[in-house]
Amino acid sequence: MEIKLKINGINKEVTIKDGEYLQSALKRLGFLNVRKGCETGSCGLCTVLLNGKPTLSCSTLAVRGIGKEITTLEGESVEVAKFAEVLTDEGADQCGYCSPGFTLTVIAMKRELESPTIDEIKHYLTGNLCRCTGYMGQLRAVKKYMEVK
Amino acid sequence: MFTIKQHLMAQSIEEGYETLVKNRNNMILGGTGFLRLGNKNINIGIDLSNLELDYIREGEDNIEIGPMTTFRSIETNKLLKENFDGVVAKSVEEIVGIQLRSVITAGATVASKYGFSDFITALLSLDTHIELYKGGILSLEEYLSEEKVPKDILVKIIIKKDGKRAAFKAMRNSKSDYAILNCAVSCLDGEYRVAVGARPGRAVVKIINNDELINNIDKKIEEVVDEMKFGTNMRASGKYREMIAKVLIRRSIEELK
Ligand SMILES: Cc1cc2nc3c(=O)[nH]c(=O)nc-3n(C[C@H](O)[C@H](O)[C@H](O)COP(=O)(O)OP(=O)(O)OC[C@H]3O[C@@H](n4cnc5c(N)ncnc54)[C@H](O)[C@@H]3O)c2cc1C
Ligand code: FES
Ligand code: FES
Repeated sequence: MEIKLKINGINKEVTIKDGEYLQSALKRLGFLNVRKGCETGSCGLCTVLLNGKPTLSCSTLAVRGIGKEITTLEGESVEVAKFAEVLTDEGADQCGYCSPGFTLTVIAMKRELESPTIDEIKHYLTGNLCRCTGYMGQLRAVKKYMEVK
Repeated sequence: MFTIKQHLMAQSIEEGYETLVKNRNNMILGGTGFLRLGNKNINIGIDLSNLELDYIREGEDNIEIGPMTTFRSIETNKLLKENFDGVVAKSVEEIVGIQLRSVITAGATVASKYGFSDFITALLSLDTHIELYKGGILSLEEYLSEEKVPKDILVKIIIKKDGKRAAFKAMRNSKSDYAILNCAVSCLDGEYRVAVGARPGRAVVKIINNDELINNIDKKIEEVVDEMKFGTNMRASGKYREMIAKVLIRRSIEELK
């Protein structure tokens, strides 16, 4: 099936198989930052933004991306650089496998929540698993980036 | 592995229904969060996402939820936060993460009668009806009591706006895990509707009148819990669930007093 997808602001013609998921289509197109961890909808590694909303690309059919703005890490270079800096400052960059999905969720959160509490931040980030950091460093970095105490 | 041989973007519910009943392996696609965990070979996957079935609307005395509405919309919707002490919105907020909740849909969850469902338990504590394309409108309780899941399309969830107060509680081993037990209690004019789910079977509902609680609340709750069956699975034993149920029901009632 030929479909049109708008990825990081650029319209692309994409050939997909019926029933193909967005994660695999994006990967085929060379967006290697769209990772896959569990493939069951539990880890958040495959997160992309659909119209600005963090969404699991492993659980979203590619056709559901038609007519929407799809954003991967490459489409958010300015915010990504900002967040990467605080993340490394806090020593919370380890293997980095979870970083793309996590970073996109944090960026979306900053736009969506106004002066959130720590509990609201944790609630927003619950769907992002990380097997290395133990989360404390990440949380320090997020607080800094969100400018909350 | 789950496969879809052919994807159909349905142009109408009628077309979706006609396709659904044509072949045993044709299936409606909700958010496909759950379907993909199985190994079904779907012949035609029927996609309803172009039919504007993603809405939460206020009617004269109802709140109507479209089947393609995602749990994230339910969680953040103002109308659902403001009515029934926000019980419907609260029931979905611990389901995995916001990314999954942006995918999974209300209609699929209710239509499938999932026993573990937190959302169904909340709906069951309220005056909720569902509308099936062929089967028409029936109460959620009636729908759940039928063993089989009908070959039909759930087109609407209808909650009566009758001013009920309500509370939702769930017991999870860790945040975002499936509930070991969940419970929603509503209260109106001295009548408590107590819904309990993840027993691990389908949610059930019992009614308690206020005057039955006055003398001995624990005894009454015990009676109600005795009438519900609790099962054992990998998450917890039936006995444990029964004990948790009593605590969650009691806390919910206290909250509504
Ligand atoms: C990792 C994970 C964890 C979860 N944890 C929880 C939890 O803790 N608590 C909880 O309550 N739920 C949980 N769920 C389940 C979730 O709430 C949804 O119920 C589930 O994902 C189904 O929704 P869906 O949109 O993905 O449906 P799909 O997977 O698309 O469909 C499921 C079924 O519904 C049918 N269907 C879809 N739409 C309709 C319709 N309109 N009419 C008739 N039939 C229809 C489909 O044909 C299919 O048989 C979890 C799901 C996942 C993937
Ligand atoms: S790979 Fe998508 S949620 Fe884990
Ligand atoms: S840094 Fe390794 S998974 Fe998060």
